Amino acid sequence: MVDTTVSTTSEKARSLNLLKVLGPAHIWALGVGIVLVGEFMGWNYAVGKGGAFGALIACFVSGILYTCVAKIDSEVTSTVASAGGQYAQAKHTIGPLMAFNVGLFMTLTYLMLNAGDVLVAGQLVQIGAQQLGHDIPWQPFTVLFLALLTLLNYRGVLATLTVNFVITAAAFLSIIILFIGVKPWAPGEVLLHHDLLTALPYGWIGVIAALHFGMWFYLGIEGTCQAAEEVRSPGRALPLGTMSGIITLLIAAAITWYVACGLMPWEYIGWDLTLAPLYDSARMTGSPILIVILFIGTLLSAIASSNGCTNDQARAWFAMGRDRYLPEWFAGVHPKYRTPFRSILFLTPIVLIFALYIPLAQIITFSILSGLLNYTFMPINMWNFRRKWPLGIIRRGFSHPFHPFPALTLLILCAATFFAVYLGYGRQLLAMIAFYIVASLWFAFYRYRYVKRGAQFTMPWPKPAGY
Amino acid sequence: MWEILGTAAWVVSAAIFLWMIWDFFNVNTKYGEDVLVSSREGLDELLPAGDQSSAKKKK
Repeated sequence: MVDTTVSTTSEKARSLNLLKVLGPAHIWALGVGIVLVGEFMGWNYAVGKGGAFGALIACFVSGILYTCVAKIDSEVTSTVASAGGQYAQAKHTIGPLMAFNVGLFMTLTYLMLNAGDVLVAGQLVQIGAQQLGHDIPWQPFTVLFLALLTLLNYRGVLATLTVNFVITAAAFLSIIILFIGVKPWAPGEVLLHHDLLTALPYGWIGVIAALHFGMWFYLGIEGTCQAAEEVRSPGRALPLGTMSGIITLLIAAAITWYVACGLMPWEYIGWDLTLAPLYDSARMTGSPILIVILFIGTLLSAIASSNGCTNDQARAWFAMGRDRYLPEWFAGVHPKYRTPFRSILFLTPIVLIFALYIPLAQIITFSILSGLLNYTFMPINMWNFRRKWPLGIIRRGFSHPFHPFPALTLLILCAATFFAVYLGYGRQLLAMIAFYIVASLWFAFYRYRYVKRGAQFTMPWPKPAGY
Repeated sequence: MWEILGTAAWVVSAAIFLWMIWDFFNVNTKYGEDVLVSSREGLDELLPAGDQSSAKKKK
């Protein structure tokens, strides 16, 4: 026992690991920070597909989908507390090929979302300048935001997510201020739901189609798992941060729908191509203070999302490199800042190319599809986890109630959302699946020979039930 | 004034990226590859110390 302890201590001393410095507030900031931009823009296309009530139903259904995601993630990640989040879970519960695909799903989800965020942030600066009477290009500001956030991530996770906490809280506060500003206690004075709300314009098929964009209200909350290896107390911080994050988003989503659909007709909200329906809602009130606050809130939400995505994309890539699913070079840890500095720097130029040269709609569709594939993996992950290691066999930080109903609900809602995506973006969906099949073939027939096969299973659990 | 902001954004971005590239090469030359990629998957504080040791041993 003494020898083992000495060996463990000396091994720790020799190895450079990611710092365990994060708490529940940082986890909340990571999850909500990535997602909150979806309240400020993007969700409104659900209104275009299904009308105002169709978008509300999509908001509720997607809310259930993501609540299941948050519950499942809270249980598995608080037990498999490793960088890479769902990638590390897939490695233990299913196998290497699934893990490789999940790692790719997550990297591409965050990378594409990141590109969309910095693109939007740059364009918001341009819009702000235009409203002051000056026409300037957006590209230098997109590059500047990306450079600043990459630097922040490069120099340490604690500062990165502390900054994210502040700007995410400020963006959320701007939604609350708008809600109070439209006087919800006096219907008919500012909010005109009675006049503006109509029946479902495209029937129930429109509601199903709206599910595609209903995801925007919550897309990315699963990103909390990526910080699992860097939290001080995974068993407490991850469930607390993730569950409080989804509660925050459910509140923000309900307020967003209520305010926007009470101020503007659904035909306008659904085809608002000027980026930001919440900002437009503030403009409808005519209050200069609300307009400024919502402009700042929109900009901060885009920056917070990009910051969180820069963090998460690098962790997923780093974790795959550490197990040699990708070249081990990517698993480098900075000796001073203790960040996955090679993965952070490697992915930044790719984000920049997508932000500068690929249309926003294409980038976001790619991100949504990768995210949806990841959510479809989660029910299988949960079933395997509970079947192979039932409650009481290993210690869990959190056990979610009513299993297997959340997993079953998640699977059904994912299938419905796939159908919704197919209605609008069938070709992109098929192209994406083809891409992952080709990547899987590359992994199975070439890359797998380099994988650290035994060493990749790091959890000291008993043999799975039935083995 | 507004045109200068655009130019300033390019200059600051270039400076930030150059610093990171400099630091990146500096670290890669100063430290050995075995040190830089020595990270091991995180150990859970939920696990008893004995179990964590056995996890290390498996490597």
